[in-house]
Amino acid sequence: MLFLSPSWILLLLFFITPMLLTFGFAFTNLSLTGTDAANIQFIGFQNFANMFQDPEFRVSVFRTIVFLLFSAVIGQVVLGLIIALLMKEKRRGFRRFIGVIVIAGWVTPEIVVAFCWVAFLSDAGTFNSILQGIGFEPITWLFTFPMVSVIIANIWHGTAFSMMVFQAALDDVPKSVQEAAVIDGASRWQVFFRVTLPIVKGSIVTNMMLVTLQTLGVFTLIYTMTGGGPGNATQILPIFMYNQAFVNYQFGYGTAISLVLLVIGTIASLLYMRFMKVKL
Amino acid sequence: MKVSKKELVVHYLALVFLAICFLLPFLWLVFASFDQQATQAIKLPEKWTLDNFTAILSDPSNIRSFAIGLFISLGQATIVVIVAGLAAYPLSRYRLRYKRSFLLTILFMTSLPITAVMVPVYQLFLFLNIQDSIIFTTIFLAASGLPYAIWMMKNFMDAVPIELEESAWVDGASVLTSMRKVVGPLMLPGIFTIAIFTFTGSWGNFFVPYILLQTQEKLPASVTLYQFFGNYGIIEYGKLAAFSMLYTMPSIILYIFAQKYMSKGFSLGGASKG
Repeated sequence: MLFLSPSWILLLLFFITPMLLTFGFAFTNLSLTGTDAANIQFIGFQNFANMFQDPEFRVSVFRTIVFLLFSAVIGQVVLGLIIALLMKEKRRGFRRFIGVIVIAGWVTPEIVVAFCWVAFLSDAGTFNSILQGIGFEPITWLFTFPMVSVIIANIWHGTAFSMMVFQAALDDVPKSVQEAAVIDGASRWQVFFRVTLPIVKGSIVTNMMLVTLQTLGVFTLIYTMTGGGPGNATQILPIFMYNQAFVNYQFGYGTAISLVLLVIGTIASLLYMRFMKVKL
Repeated sequence: MKVSKKELVVHYLALVFLAICFLLPFLWLVFASFDQQATQAIKLPEKWTLDNFTAILSDPSNIRSFAIGLFISLGQATIVVIVAGLAAYPLSRYRLRYKRSFLLTILFMTSLPITAVMVPVYQLFLFLNIQDSIIFTTIFLAASGLPYAIWMMKNFMDAVPIELEESAWVDGASVLTSMRKVVGPLMLPGIFTIAIFTFTGSWGNFFVPYILLQTQEKLPASVTLYQFFGNYGIIEYGKLAAFSMLYTMPSIILYIFAQKYMSKGFSLGGASKG
Protein backbone atom coordinates (compact mmCIF):
# COMPACT_ATOMS: atom_id res chain seq x y z
CA MET A 1 0.00 0.00 0.00
CA LEU A 2 1.14 3.46 -0.93
CA PHE A 3 0.13 4.98 2.41
CA LEU A 4 2.11 2.42 4.34
CA SER A 5 5.33 2.85 2.38
CA PRO A 6 6.80 5.86 4.25
CA SER A 7 6.40 3.94 7.51
CA TRP A 8 7.92 0.85 5.99
CA ILE A 9 10.94 2.71 4.67
CA LEU A 10 11.62 4.50 7.96
CA LEU A 11 11.09 1.43 10.11
CA LEU A 12 13.11 -0.78 7.79
CA LEU A 13 16.06 1.59 7.63
CA PHE A 14 16.24 2.81 11.20
CA PHE A 15 14.57 0.14 13.28
CA ILE A 16 14.77 -3.24 11.63
CA THR A 17 18.22 -2.79 10.07
CA PRO A 18 19.85 -1.86 13.41
CA MET A 19 18.19 -4.86 15.02
CA LEU A 20 19.54 -7.16 12.32
CA LEU A 21 22.93 -5.47 12.60
CA THR A 22 22.87 -6.23 16.31
CA PHE A 23 22.70 -9.90 15.45
CA GLY A 24 25.44 -9.53 12.86
CA PHE A 25 27.92 -7.38 14.79
CA ALA A 26 27.56 -9.35 17.98
CA PHE A 27 29.53 -12.13 16.31
CA THR A 28 32.39 -9.93 15.08
CA ASN A 29 35.45 -8.31 16.64
CA LEU A 30 34.33 -4.88 15.40
CA SER A 31 36.17 -2.04 17.09
CA LEU A 32 36.93 1.59 16.33
CA THR A 33 40.63 1.63 17.12
CA GLY A 34 43.60 -0.69 17.09
CA THR A 35 44.50 -3.36 14.57
CA ASP A 36 41.03 -4.90 14.62
CA ALA A 37 39.45 -1.72 13.27
CA ALA A 38 40.69 -2.34 9.72
CA ASN A 39 39.66 -5.96 9.36
CA ILE A 40 36.38 -7.00 10.82
CA GLN A 41 36.26 -10.71 11.38
CA PHE A 42 33.57 -13.16 12.17
CA ILE A 43 34.52 -14.60 15.51
CA GLY A 44 31.49 -16.74 16.26
CA PHE A 45 30.40 -16.87 19.85
CA GLN A 46 33.68 -15.44 21.14
CA ASN A 47 32.01 -12.22 22.42
CA PHE A 48 29.43 -14.23 24.30
CA ALA A 49 32.06 -16.58 25.70
CA ASN A 50 34.01 -13.55 26.92
CA MET A 51 30.84 -11.99 28.21
CA PHE A 52 29.79 -14.88 30.37
CA GLN A 53 33.31 -15.15 31.78
CA ASP A 54 33.50 -11.43 32.42
CA PRO A 55 32.77 -10.85 36.12
CA GLU A 56 31.88 -7.25 35.27
CA PHE A 57 29.11 -8.51 32.99
CA ARG A 58 27.68 -10.83 35.60
CA VAL A 59 27.69 -8.08 38.20
CA SER A 60 26.05 -5.81 35.65
CA VAL A 61 23.25 -8.30 34.96
CA PHE A 62 22.70 -8.68 38.69
CA ARG A 63 22.54 -4.88 39.15
CA THR A 64 20.09 -4.61 36.27
CA ILE A 65 17.80 -7.16 37.89
CA VAL A 66 18.03 -5.37 41.25
CA PHE A 67 17.29 -2.07 39.53
CA LEU A 68 14.30 -3.51 37.65
CA LEU A 69 12.91 -5.26 40.68
CA PHE A 70 13.20 -2.46 43.20
CA SER A 71 12.71 0.61 41.09
CA ALA A 72 10.14 -0.69 38.59
CA VAL A 73 8.19 -3.60 39.97
CA ILE A 74 8.27 -2.89 43.69
CA GLY A 75 8.90 0.84 43.71
CA GLN A 76 6.83 2.40 40.96
CA VAL A 77 4.06 -0.15 40.67
CA VAL A 78 3.42 -0.65 44.39
CA LEU A 79 3.84 3.00 45.31
CA GLY A 80 1.67 4.02 42.37
CA LEU A 81 -1.04 1.62 43.49
CA ILE A 82 -0.84 2.82 47.10
CA ILE A 83 -1.15 6.46 46.08
CA ALA A 84 -4.05 5.68 43.72
CA LEU A 85 -5.85 3.74 46.49
CA LEU A 86 -5.27 6.44 49.10
CA MET A 87 -6.55 9.09 46.71
CA LYS A 88 -9.82 7.28 46.12
CA GLU A 89 -12.87 9.13 47.38
CA LYS A 90 -10.90 12.12 48.61
CA ARG A 91 -11.84 15.69 47.95
CA ARG A 92 -11.36 16.71 44.33
CA GLY A 93 -9.12 19.67 45.07
CA PHE A 94 -6.91 17.59 47.33
CA ARG A 95 -6.61 14.83 44.72
CA ARG A 96 -5.59 17.32 42.09
CA PHE A 97 -3.05 18.95 44.41
CA ILE A 98 -1.33 15.66 45.26
CA GLY A 99 -1.59 14.49 41.65
CA VAL A 100 0.13 17.58 40.29
CA ILE A 101 3.04 17.19 42.70
CA VAL A 102 3.61 13.52 41.81
CA ILE A 103 3.19 14.19 38.08
CA ALA A 104 5.75 17.02 38.21
CA GLY A 105 8.45 14.38 38.73
CA TRP A 106 7.19 12.44 35.75
CA VAL A 107 7.00 15.39 33.36
CA THR A 108 10.51 16.54 34.28
CA PRO A 109 13.10 15.31 31.75
CA GLU A 110 15.37 12.54 33.01
CA ILE A 111 18.49 14.67 33.03
CA VAL A 112 16.87 17.33 35.22
CA VAL A 113 15.58 14.58 37.51
CA ALA A 114 19.20 13.51 37.90
CA PHE A 115 20.28 17.05 38.86
CA CYS A 116 17.48 17.38 41.41
CA TRP A 117 18.52 14.14 43.08
CA VAL A 118 22.26 14.78 42.94
CA ALA A 119 21.59 18.01 44.81
CA PHE A 120 19.04 16.47 47.16
CA LEU A 121 21.36 13.62 48.20
CA SER A 122 24.67 15.50 48.11
CA ASP A 123 26.85 15.99 51.20
CA ALA A 124 25.42 19.39 52.00
CA GLY A 125 22.09 18.64 50.33
CA THR A 126 18.54 18.89 51.57
CA PHE A 127 18.28 15.32 52.78
CA ASN A 128 21.41 15.51 54.92
CA SER A 129 20.24 18.84 56.34
CA ILE A 130 17.01 17.16 57.42
CA LEU A 131 18.93 14.22 58.90
CA GLN A 132 21.17 16.57 60.85
CA GLY A 133 18.14 18.51 61.97
CA ILE A 134 16.78 15.42 63.70
CA GLY A 135 20.14 14.38 65.09
CA PHE A 136 21.67 11.97 62.59
CA GLU A 137 25.09 12.05 60.98
CA PRO A 138 25.14 13.15 57.33
CA ILE A 139 25.80 10.38 54.80
CA THR A 140 27.44 10.63 51.38
CA TRP A 141 24.48 8.89 49.76
CA LEU A 142 25.77 8.71 46.20
CA PHE A 143 28.99 7.05 47.39
CA THR A 144 27.77 4.95 50.28
CA PHE A 145 24.44 3.80 48.84
CA PRO A 146 24.69 4.46 45.09
CA MET A 147 22.21 1.79 44.01
CA VAL A 148 19.63 2.92 46.57
CA SER A 149 20.09 6.50 45.39
CA VAL A 150 19.47 5.81 41.71
CA ILE A 151 16.58 3.47 42.51
CA ILE A 152 14.84 6.13 44.58
CA ALA A 153 15.44 8.77 41.93
CA ASN A 154 13.91 6.52 39.29
CA ILE A 155 10.91 5.75 41.50
CA TRP A 156 10.41 9.50 41.95
CA HIS A 157 10.52 9.97 38.19
CA GLY A 158 8.28 7.07 37.19
CA THR A 159 5.62 6.57 39.85
CA ALA A 160 3.17 9.08 38.37
CA PHE A 161 2.63 6.88 35.30
CA SER A 162 1.57 3.88 37.39
CA MET A 163 -0.50 6.13 39.62
CA MET A 164 -2.45 7.49 36.65
CA VAL A 165 -2.98 4.03 35.17
CA PHE A 166 -4.29 2.72 38.48
CA GLN A 167 -6.50 5.75 39.07
CA ALA A 168 -8.11 5.20 35.69
CA ALA A 169 -8.50 1.48 36.40
CA LEU A 170 -9.96 2.01 39.89
CA ASP A 171 -12.41 4.58 38.54
CA ASP A 172 -13.65 1.95 36.10
CA VAL A 173 -14.50 -0.53 38.87
CA PRO A 174 -18.29 -0.39 39.17
CA LYS A 175 -19.38 0.76 42.63
CA SER A 176 -22.32 -1.64 42.60
CA VAL A 177 -20.04 -4.68 42.62
CA GLN A 178 -18.23 -3.48 45.72
CA GLU A 179 -21.47 -2.53 47.41
CA ALA A 180 -22.93 -5.94 46.67
CA ALA A 181 -19.92 -7.58 48.31
CA VAL A 182 -20.32 -5.36 51.39
CA ILE A 183 -23.99 -6.28 51.66
CA ASP A 184 -22.98 -9.94 51.50
CA GLY A 185 -20.87 -9.28 54.58
CA ALA A 186 -17.39 -8.91 53.12
CA SER A 187 -14.87 -6.91 55.13
CA ARG A 188 -13.02 -4.03 53.47
CA TRP A 189 -9.88 -6.17 53.02
CA GLN A 190 -11.95 -8.91 51.45
CA VAL A 191 -13.59 -6.46 49.09
CA PHE A 192 -10.16 -5.19 48.10
CA PHE A 193 -8.47 -8.55 47.59
CA ARG A 194 -11.43 -10.52 46.25
CA VAL A 195 -13.33 -7.91 44.25
CA THR A 196 -11.34 -4.80 43.40
CA LEU A 197 -7.94 -6.38 42.80
CA PRO A 198 -9.17 -9.08 40.39
CA ILE A 199 -10.98 -6.43 38.34
CA VAL A 200 -7.91 -4.21 37.98
CA LYS A 201 -5.51 -7.15 37.62
CA GLY A 202 -5.23 -6.63 33.86
CA SER A 203 -4.14 -3.02 34.28
CA ILE A 204 -1.63 -3.99 36.95
CA VAL A 205 0.04 -6.63 34.79
CA THR A 206 0.08 -4.46 31.67
CA ASN A 207 1.44 -1.54 33.62
CA MET A 208 4.09 -3.70 35.25
CA MET A 209 5.32 -4.84 31.84
CA LEU A 210 5.38 -1.32 30.43
CA VAL A 211 7.26 0.01 33.45
CA THR A 212 9.75 -2.88 33.32
CA LEU A 213 10.51 -2.28 29.65
CA GLN A 214 10.81 1.44 30.25
CA THR A 215 13.19 0.87 33.16
CA LEU A 216 15.29 -1.57 31.14
CA GLY A 217 16.24 1.32 28.84
CA VAL A 218 17.16 3.80 31.58
CA PHE A 219 20.51 5.33 30.76
CA THR A 220 20.47 9.10 31.20
CA LEU A 221 19.39 9.15 34.83
CA ILE A 222 22.18 6.91 36.07
CA TYR A 223 24.78 8.20 33.64
CA THR A 224 24.21 11.73 34.94
CA MET A 225 23.85 10.87 38.62
CA THR A 226 26.77 8.48 39.08
CA GLY A 227 28.23 7.75 35.64
CA GLY A 228 27.84 4.08 36.55
CA GLY A 229 30.09 4.52 39.58
CA PRO A 230 31.52 4.79 42.10
CA GLY A 231 33.73 2.10 40.59
CA ASN A 232 31.08 0.19 38.73
CA ALA A 233 28.56 0.13 41.56
CA THR A 234 25.65 1.37 39.42
CA GLN A 235 26.77 -0.03 36.08
CA ILE A 236 23.53 -1.56 34.83
CA LEU A 237 23.52 -3.13 31.34
CA PRO A 238 22.84 0.00 29.25
CA ILE A 239 25.74 1.80 30.97
CA PHE A 240 27.97 -1.27 30.60
CA MET A 241 27.06 -1.41 26.91
CA TYR A 242 27.88 2.27 26.47
CA ASN A 243 31.22 1.93 28.27
CA GLN A 244 32.31 -1.06 26.20
CA ALA A 245 31.24 0.46 22.89
CA PHE A 246 31.95 4.17 23.24
CA VAL A 247 34.61 4.33 25.94
CA ASN A 248 36.63 1.17 25.22
CA TYR A 249 35.66 1.16 21.51
CA GLN A 250 34.84 -2.55 21.63
CA PHE A 251 31.85 -2.38 19.32
CA GLY A 252 31.52 -6.09 18.81
CA TYR A 253 31.40 -6.67 22.53
CA GLY A 254 29.12 -3.69 23.05
CA THR A 255 26.72 -5.05 20.45
CA ALA A 256 26.72 -8.46 22.12
CA ILE A 257 25.56 -6.70 25.30
CA SER A 258 22.89 -4.88 23.25
CA LEU A 259 21.69 -8.25 22.08
CA VAL A 260 21.28 -9.41 25.67
CA LEU A 261 19.25 -6.26 26.37
CA LEU A 262 17.14 -6.87 23.28
CA VAL A 263 16.50 -10.46 24.28
CA ILE A 264 15.37 -9.42 27.76
CA GLY A 265 13.19 -6.72 26.18
CA THR A 266 11.75 -9.18 23.67
CA ILE A 267 10.77 -11.68 26.35
CA ALA A 268 9.15 -8.92 28.37
CA SER A 269 7.23 -7.51 25.41
CA LEU A 270 6.04 -10.93 24.26
CA LEU A 271 4.73 -11.53 27.77
CA TYR A 272 3.14 -8.10 27.67
CA MET A 273 1.41 -8.82 24.38
CA ARG A 274 0.11 -12.10 25.74
CA PHE A 275 -1.28 -10.42 28.83
CA MET A 276 -2.88 -7.71 26.78
CA LYS A 277 -4.63 -10.43 24.74
CA VAL A 278 -4.44 -8.24 21.68
CA LYS A 279 -7.45 -8.40 19.45
CA LEU A 280 -6.84 -6.93 16.03
CA MET B 1 -17.56 2.11 51.41
CA LYS B 2 -17.39 3.66 54.82
CA VAL B 3 -14.00 4.58 56.14
CA SER B 4 -13.70 5.55 59.80
CA LYS B 5 -12.70 9.10 60.67
CA LYS B 6 -9.48 8.00 62.29
CA GLU B 7 -8.47 6.08 59.20
CA LEU B 8 -9.32 8.98 56.96
CA VAL B 9 -6.91 11.16 58.92
CA VAL B 10 -4.19 8.52 58.42
CA HIS B 11 -4.90 8.54 54.68
CA TYR B 12 -4.58 12.29 54.46
CA LEU B 13 -1.41 12.33 56.56
CA ALA B 14 0.17 9.58 54.43
CA LEU B 15 -0.67 11.45 51.23
CA VAL B 16 0.66 14.74 52.57
CA PHE B 17 3.87 13.01 53.66
CA LEU B 18 4.31 11.42 50.23
CA ALA B 19 3.59 14.74 48.56
CA ILE B 20 6.32 16.42 50.62
CA CYS B 21 8.78 13.66 49.63
CA PHE B 22 7.92 14.22 45.99
CA LEU B 23 7.98 17.98 46.27
CA LEU B 24 11.30 18.61 48.06
CA PRO B 25 13.77 17.63 45.28
CA PHE B 26 11.79 19.65 42.75
CA LEU B 27 11.34 22.65 45.03
CA TRP B 28 15.12 22.92 45.34
CA LEU B 29 15.28 23.42 41.59
CA VAL B 30 12.69 26.20 41.67
CA PHE B 31 14.22 28.08 44.61
CA ALA B 32 17.82 27.67 43.44
CA SER B 33 17.03 29.05 40.01
CA PHE B 34 15.95 32.37 41.55
CA ASP B 35 18.86 32.51 43.99
CA GLN B 36 22.31 33.81 43.14
CA GLN B 37 23.77 32.21 46.27
CA ALA B 38 22.12 28.85 45.71
CA THR B 39 23.64 25.84 47.49
CA GLN B 40 22.95 22.13 47.35
CA ALA B 41 20.40 22.34 50.14
CA ILE B 42 16.94 23.75 49.67
CA LYS B 43 16.50 27.27 50.98
CA LEU B 44 14.38 30.28 50.20
CA PRO B 45 16.41 32.85 48.28
CA GLU B 46 17.33 35.84 50.44
CA LYS B 47 16.87 37.98 47.40
CA TRP B 48 14.69 36.71 44.52
CA THR B 49 16.43 37.48 41.28
CA LEU B 50 16.26 36.62 37.59
CA ASP B 51 20.04 36.97 37.19
CA ASN B 52 20.53 33.22 36.73
CA PHE B 53 18.04 33.14 33.91
CA THR B 54 19.48 36.19 32.17
CA ALA B 55 22.97 34.71 32.47
CA ILE B 56 21.82 31.52 30.72
CA LEU B 57 19.77 33.32 28.10
CA SER B 58 22.43 35.90 27.29
CA ASP B 59 24.79 33.17 26.11
CA PRO B 60 24.07 32.77 22.38
CA SER B 61 25.30 29.17 22.37
CA ASN B 62 22.57 28.27 24.88
CA ILE B 63 19.94 29.93 22.73
CA ARG B 64 21.28 27.99 19.76
CA SER B 65 21.04 24.69 21.61
CA PHE B 66 17.42 25.46 22.55
CA ALA B 67 16.67 26.29 18.90
CA ILE B 68 18.27 23.04 17.73
CA GLY B 69 16.34 21.07 20.35
CA LEU B 70 13.16 22.76 19.17
CA PHE B 71 13.97 21.99 15.54
CA ILE B 72 14.64 18.32 16.27
CA SER B 73 11.55 17.86 18.43
CA LEU B 74 9.19 19.76 16.15
CA GLY B 75 10.65 18.00 13.13
CA GLN B 76 10.25 14.62 14.75
CA ALA B 77 6.68 15.33 15.84
CA THR B 78 5.72 16.55 12.36
CA ILE B 79 7.21 13.55 10.56
CA VAL B 80 5.70 11.14 13.06
CA VAL B 81 2.19 12.59 12.79
CA ILE B 82 2.17 12.64 8.98
CA VAL B 83 3.76 9.24 8.43
CA ALA B 84 1.79 7.54 11.19
CA GLY B 85 -1.42 9.17 9.95
CA LEU B 86 -0.85 7.82 6.45
CA ALA B 87 -0.04 4.35 7.78
CA ALA B 88 -2.96 4.27 10.19
CA TYR B 89 -5.50 4.97 7.46
CA PRO B 90 -5.29 1.66 5.56
CA LEU B 91 -4.74 -0.19 8.84
CA SER B 92 -7.95 1.24 10.19
CA ARG B 93 -10.09 1.23 7.04
CA TYR B 94 -9.13 -1.63 4.75
CA ARG B 95 -8.90 -5.38 4.97
CA LEU B 96 -5.26 -6.11 4.25
CA ARG B 97 -3.60 -9.47 3.95
CA TYR B 98 -0.73 -8.80 6.31
CA LYS B 99 -2.55 -6.40 8.57
CA ARG B 100 -2.48 -8.61 11.62
CA SER B 101 1.21 -9.44 11.44
CA PHE B 102 2.07 -5.83 10.63
CA LEU B 103 0.15 -4.59 13.65
CA LEU B 104 1.70 -7.21 15.90
CA THR B 105 5.16 -6.23 14.69
CA ILE B 106 4.36 -2.59 15.37
CA LEU B 107 3.11 -3.36 18.85
CA PHE B 108 6.18 -5.46 19.51
CA MET B 109 8.50 -2.66 18.39
CA THR B 110 6.66 -0.21 20.61
CA SER B 111 7.96 -1.85 23.70
CA LEU B 112 11.62 -2.44 22.81
CA PRO B 113 13.99 -0.08 24.61
CA ILE B 114 15.63 2.19 22.04
CA THR B 115 18.73 2.33 24.23
CA ALA B 116 19.52 -1.25 23.23
CA VAL B 117 19.98 -0.53 19.52
CA MET B 118 22.08 2.61 19.78
CA VAL B 119 25.44 0.86 19.29
CA PRO B 120 24.47 -0.66 15.92
CA VAL B 121 22.64 2.54 14.98
CA TYR B 122 25.87 4.47 15.49
CA GLN B 123 27.63 1.92 13.27
CA LEU B 124 24.93 2.29 10.64
CA PHE B 125 25.29 6.08 10.72
CA LEU B 126 29.06 5.75 10.31
CA PHE B 127 28.62 3.35 7.43
CA LEU B 128 26.10 5.58 5.62
CA ASN B 129 28.27 8.58 6.47
CA ILE B 130 25.34 10.45 8.03
CA GLN B 131 26.62 10.78 11.59
CA ASP B 132 26.81 14.24 13.13
CA SER B 133 23.77 15.35 11.11
CA ILE B 134 20.84 17.09 12.82
CA ILE B 135 18.49 16.10 9.98
CA PHE B 136 19.27 12.39 10.14
CA THR B 137 19.18 12.39 13.93
CA THR B 138 15.68 13.83 13.62
CA ILE B 139 14.68 11.19 11.07
CA PHE B 140 16.06 8.41 13.24
CA LEU B 141 14.15 9.73 16.25
CA ALA B 142 11.02 9.90 14.10
CA ALA B 143 11.45 6.27 13.08
CA SER B 144 11.94 5.22 16.69
CA GLY B 145 8.74 7.03 17.68
CA LEU B 146 6.69 5.64 14.81
CA PRO B 147 5.52 2.28 16.18
CA TYR B 148 3.81 3.83 19.18
CA ALA B 149 2.34 6.63 17.08
CA ILE B 150 0.94 4.24 14.44
CA TRP B 151 -0.63 2.14 17.17
CA MET B 152 -2.28 5.13 18.84
CA MET B 153 -3.26 6.74 15.56
CA LYS B 154 -5.01 3.57 14.38
CA ASN B 155 -7.00 3.39 17.60
CA PHE B 156 -8.02 7.04 17.32
CA MET B 157 -8.95 6.58 13.67
CA ASP B 158 -11.09 3.52 14.43
CA ALA B 159 -13.28 5.83 16.47
CA VAL B 160 -14.15 7.97 13.43
CA PRO B 161 -17.23 6.46 11.68
CA ILE B 162 -16.58 5.49 8.08
CA GLU B 163 -20.06 6.72 7.05
CA LEU B 164 -18.87 10.31 7.35
CA GLU B 165 -16.14 9.61 4.84
CA GLU B 166 -18.47 7.75 2.52
CA SER B 167 -20.75 10.74 2.26
CA ALA B 168 -17.71 12.89 1.44
CA TRP B 169 -16.76 10.47 -1.31
CA VAL B 170 -20.29 10.61 -2.70
CA ASP B 171 -19.89 14.37 -2.84
CA GLY B 172 -16.81 13.83 -4.97
CA ALA B 173 -13.94 13.98 -2.48
CA SER B 174 -10.84 11.85 -3.03
CA VAL B 175 -9.40 9.65 -0.29
CA LEU B 176 -6.69 12.19 0.50
CA THR B 177 -9.24 15.02 0.62
CA SER B 178 -11.55 13.12 2.92
CA MET B 179 -8.59 12.31 5.15
CA ARG B 180 -7.62 15.95 5.31
CA LYS B 181 -11.09 17.48 5.57
CA VAL B 182 -13.14 14.83 7.41
CA VAL B 183 -10.99 12.37 9.34
CA GLY B 184 -8.24 14.83 10.26
CA PRO B 185 -10.41 17.44 12.00
CA LEU B 186 -12.35 14.76 13.88
CA MET B 187 -9.14 13.20 15.08
CA LEU B 188 -7.56 16.49 16.13
CA PRO B 189 -7.44 15.61 19.85
CA GLY B 190 -5.74 12.34 19.01
CA ILE B 191 -3.28 13.99 16.67
CA PHE B 192 -2.44 16.57 19.32
CA THR B 193 -1.91 13.86 21.91
CA ILE B 194 0.51 12.01 19.63
CA ALA B 195 2.31 15.19 18.62
CA ILE B 196 2.73 16.37 22.20
CA PHE B 197 3.77 12.95 23.38
CA THR B 198 6.38 12.70 20.62
CA PHE B 199 7.62 16.24 21.19
CA THR B 200 8.17 15.86 24.94
CA GLY B 201 9.80 12.46 24.50
CA SER B 202 12.16 13.92 21.94
CA TRP B 203 12.83 17.11 23.91
CA GLY B 204 13.83 15.08 26.95
CA ASN B 205 15.95 12.61 24.98
CA PHE B 206 19.61 12.90 25.85
CA PHE B 207 21.08 9.58 24.77
CA VAL B 208 20.28 9.66 21.03
CA PRO B 209 21.71 13.12 20.23
CA TYR B 210 24.60 12.43 22.62
CA ILE B 211 25.56 9.40 20.50
CA LEU B 212 24.70 10.65 17.01
CA LEU B 213 25.91 14.27 17.14
CA GLN B 214 29.48 15.34 17.84
CA THR B 215 30.04 18.92 16.68
CA GLN B 216 29.57 21.33 19.57
CA GLU B 217 27.55 23.73 17.38
CA LYS B 218 24.98 21.02 16.56
CA LEU B 219 24.10 19.84 20.05
CA PRO B 220 20.55 20.32 21.35
CA ALA B 221 19.71 21.64 24.82
CA SER B 222 19.63 18.22 26.49
CA VAL B 223 23.29 17.62 25.67
CA THR B 224 24.54 21.15 26.35
CA LEU B 225 22.74 21.05 29.69
CA TYR B 226 24.63 17.87 30.51
CA GLN B 227 27.89 19.55 29.53
CA PHE B 228 27.03 22.58 31.63
CA PHE B 229 26.55 20.26 34.60
CA GLY B 230 29.92 18.64 33.92
CA ASN B 231 31.71 21.97 33.65
CA TYR B 232 30.01 24.22 36.19
CA GLY B 233 27.50 22.03 38.01
CA ILE B 234 29.55 21.76 41.15
CA ILE B 235 29.87 25.52 41.63
CA GLU B 236 27.12 27.32 39.78
CA TYR B 237 24.03 25.74 41.31
CA GLY B 238 21.80 28.73 40.60
CA LYS B 239 22.65 28.82 36.92
CA LEU B 240 22.35 25.04 36.57
CA ALA B 241 18.89 25.24 38.14
CA ALA B 242 17.87 28.12 35.88
CA PHE B 243 19.09 26.25 32.79
CA SER B 244 17.19 23.15 33.96
CA MET B 245 14.03 25.19 34.60
CA LEU B 246 14.15 26.73 31.12
CA TYR B 247 14.71 23.28 29.67
CA THR B 248 11.87 21.71 31.67
CA MET B 249 9.35 24.47 30.84
CA PRO B 250 8.26 23.22 27.39
CA SER B 251 7.56 19.75 28.79
CA ILE B 252 5.42 21.15 31.61
CA ILE B 253 3.52 23.60 29.41
CA LEU B 254 2.77 20.92 26.82
CA TYR B 255 1.71 18.49 29.53
CA ILE B 256 -0.85 20.99 30.79
CA PHE B 257 -2.14 21.36 27.22
CA ALA B 258 -2.27 17.63 26.66
CA GLN B 259 -3.81 16.77 30.00
CA LYS B 260 -7.42 16.77 28.97
CA TYR B 261 -6.76 14.52 25.98
CA MET B 262 -4.27 12.24 27.65
CA SER B 263 -6.39 11.04 30.54
CA LYS B 264 -8.24 8.82 28.06
CA GLY B 265 -5.06 7.03 27.10
CA PHE B 266 -4.49 5.79 30.63
CA SER B 267 -7.23 3.24 30.74
CA LEU B 268 -5.01 0.54 29.32
CA GLY B 269 -7.85 -1.95 29.05
CA GLY B 270 -9.74 0.16 26.55
CA ALA B 271 -6.73 1.05 24.44
CA SER B 272 -5.94 -2.56 23.66
CA LYS B 273 -9.21 -3.26 21.92
CA GLY B 274 -8.22 -2.53 18.34
